Amino acid sequence: MSVHRLAAVAALLTGFAAAPAFAQEIELPKQNWSFDGPFGTFDKAAAQRGFQIYKDVCSNCHSMKQVYYRNLSGIGLSDAQIKAIAATVDVPTIGDDGQPTERKGLPADHFKSPYPNERAARAAQNGALPPDQSVIEKAREGGADYIFALLTGYTDPPAGVKMGDGMNYNKYFPGHQIAMAAPLSDGRVDYIDGTKPTLEQEARDVTTFLAYVANPEMEERKRTGIRVVLFLAMLSGLTYVVKRQVWSDVDH
Amino acid sequence: MVGLHTSDIKNPVINWIDTRLPIFTMMQKEYGVFPTPKNFNYFWNFGALAMVNLMIMIVTGIFLAMNYNASTAGAFDSVERIMRDVNYGWLLRYVHANGASMFFIVVYIHMFRSLYYGSYKKPRELLWMIGVAILLLMMATAFMGYVLPWGQMSYWGATVITNLFSAIPLVGDSIVTLLWGGFSVDNPTLNRFFSLHYLLPFVIIGVVFLHIVALHVTGSNNPLGIDVKSSQDTLPFHPYYTVKDLFGMCIYLLVFASLVFFAPNYLGHADNYIPANPLVTPTHIVPEWYFLPFYAILRSVPSKLGGVILMFSSIAILFVLPWLDTSPVRSARFRPIYRWMMVAFVVDCVLLGEVGGRPPEGIWVVVGQLSTLYYFLHFLVLVPVVGKMEHPLPLPESISRPVLPSGGGPLPAGYAAKPMEKV
Repeated sequence: MSVHRLAAVAALLTGFAAAPAFAQEIELPKQNWSFDGPFGTFDKAAAQRGFQIYKDVCSNCHSMKQVYYRNLSGIGLSDAQIKAIAATVDVPTIGDDGQPTERKGLPADHFKSPYPNERAARAAQNGALPPDQSVIEKAREGGADYIFALLTGYTDPPAGVKMGDGMNYNKYFPGHQIAMAAPLSDGRVDYIDGTKPTLEQEARDVTTFLAYVANPEMEERKRTGIRVVLFLAMLSGLTYVVKRQVWSDVDH
Repeated sequence: MVGLHTSDIKNPVINWIDTRLPIFTMMQKEYGVFPTPKNFNYFWNFGALAMVNLMIMIVTGIFLAMNYNASTAGAFDSVERIMRDVNYGWLLRYVHANGASMFFIVVYIHMFRSLYYGSYKKPRELLWMIGVAILLLMMATAFMGYVLPWGQMSYWGATVITNLFSAIPLVGDSIVTLLWGGFSVDNPTLNRFFSLHYLLPFVIIGVVFLHIVALHVTGSNNPLGIDVKSSQDTLPFHPYYTVKDLFGMCIYLLVFASLVFFAPNYLGHADNYIPANPLVTPTHIVPEWYFLPFYAILRSVPSKLGGVILMFSSIAILFVLPWLDTSPVRSARFRPIYRWMMVAFVVDCVLLGEVGGRPPEGIWVVVGQLSTLYYFLHFLVLVPVVGKMEHPLPLPESISRPVLPSGGGPLPAGYAAKPMEKV
């Protein structure tokens, strides 16, 4: 039959698919993530620790505008916990008297940004704008591996490298000069669950959390995908048998 | 019964309709009993797959448009809202985004099939030209669709591509202002691109209809590239090709689903998840993978106008291909030289894609120029010259001859001249 022809189609397909592959300028160390592969899920304990780091460290400078407090249910927090977390922020609103006022945050609110606007952020950050972290895991070539590498990639600049004013050397940042000072270090946070807060552990946890907020649909997507692929594989088999049956009376 | 169609359909209701509007008779004629060469291989599935793909794009697109906000202030956030809060929004968007890639994979294979088996040759020249028109419409649609999420690549891709028109002498700048609806890519640009992105697919449906009408006038080509001689050579479209297309569709959906569910961003660019920022230019502005070969051709000449002319010529040349090809034989199976030329041409196209995805530095500049040269050499020199010089292999007498008992294998001397026997 035409198996070799199908193989030719497949070869063409992969040839095309490989075309956009980019030469990565700096080789990123490949990490193992709980959310890798078609069966991957988010390590909820790691994501919760990651949220603690986001709350205590990252959110001092970085916004996460697309995410709602209610989305935290996806990393295993209970409704009561989410309510309590949301209630720790004050959200600007208009009072009954028509005057601007503030109210307690609700699960239906977006994560509160550290700065009211971009100009305020730049003014406070020496002119640099800390990027929004809602989809940062998808917005960087290399994804989770890149974020982990960046967070653990701070070193002293090699001899002869002249650093800009207030810039920090990072092995994995494009151009190596990054405005953000090393945000994480051994013992930067005290984990509620007692995990030892090493730099690696912190970077791994917050990367897991960032991967979750960028892909909140991932677990459902992959679960659905397994079912769809299994169904289609069976349907392909059946259809092929029917096709053979229909064509059995034809010389071809 | 003046003016009424005589229908064979027994069901009284359908018969009533069919006598007044014979769509059922037409469907039966064009898709039921339509005589189709019996020797198609799986490359002949891709036309039907393209049709399926177009439908998937339109259906997902309609639902995306219900939730999309075409404004520079709201576009990026509305796409994220689709991903996070719209029921199955992530599925709609990932199917639509990867569907564009699948559409180009399917259509490119469909076109290479046509090139290899000579489907563009007489009498199917117009069928082929309509197909090239569909490709152009698809490219315009895909380009404008990519602008809609209003990420960095959307914005800068739109800026680079619309700026190409400024290379046109005299009227170039006015055309660009017209495309933008202003003096830079901005809200009016996004608005008109959204409008046109919604319009063009329906234009594509119209042109696809013409493509199919033209196909059903000439009938399909086949892997032997010889004409149908008798009813022995054909099968009714249903059930033989409906079931075969159905099987092909299952495999196509398997590939599609693997992308959507397990690697939905594999073919995209990370930069497009950064909101558009007119003040920050990405390090490398790269179009989607399906435009990379053309992007490589564009960048192969150091002159803007020259690059634009070359890029548009690379497609325009396809319109005149039926007249560039001088060979009387359609299928590359019987063209020993053209066969290898096709292999080289496919390699050249993949190479162009590779070049288009890399920064134009070092060796890749030369590789890009050479593969661009070969692209045009193929159509302008090799195809016409080889068509004249090549000695094609003897053609089989009919489509059914090679498979009928006693007909297999090399034909005995003199056999090919014998008139066909009626069985």
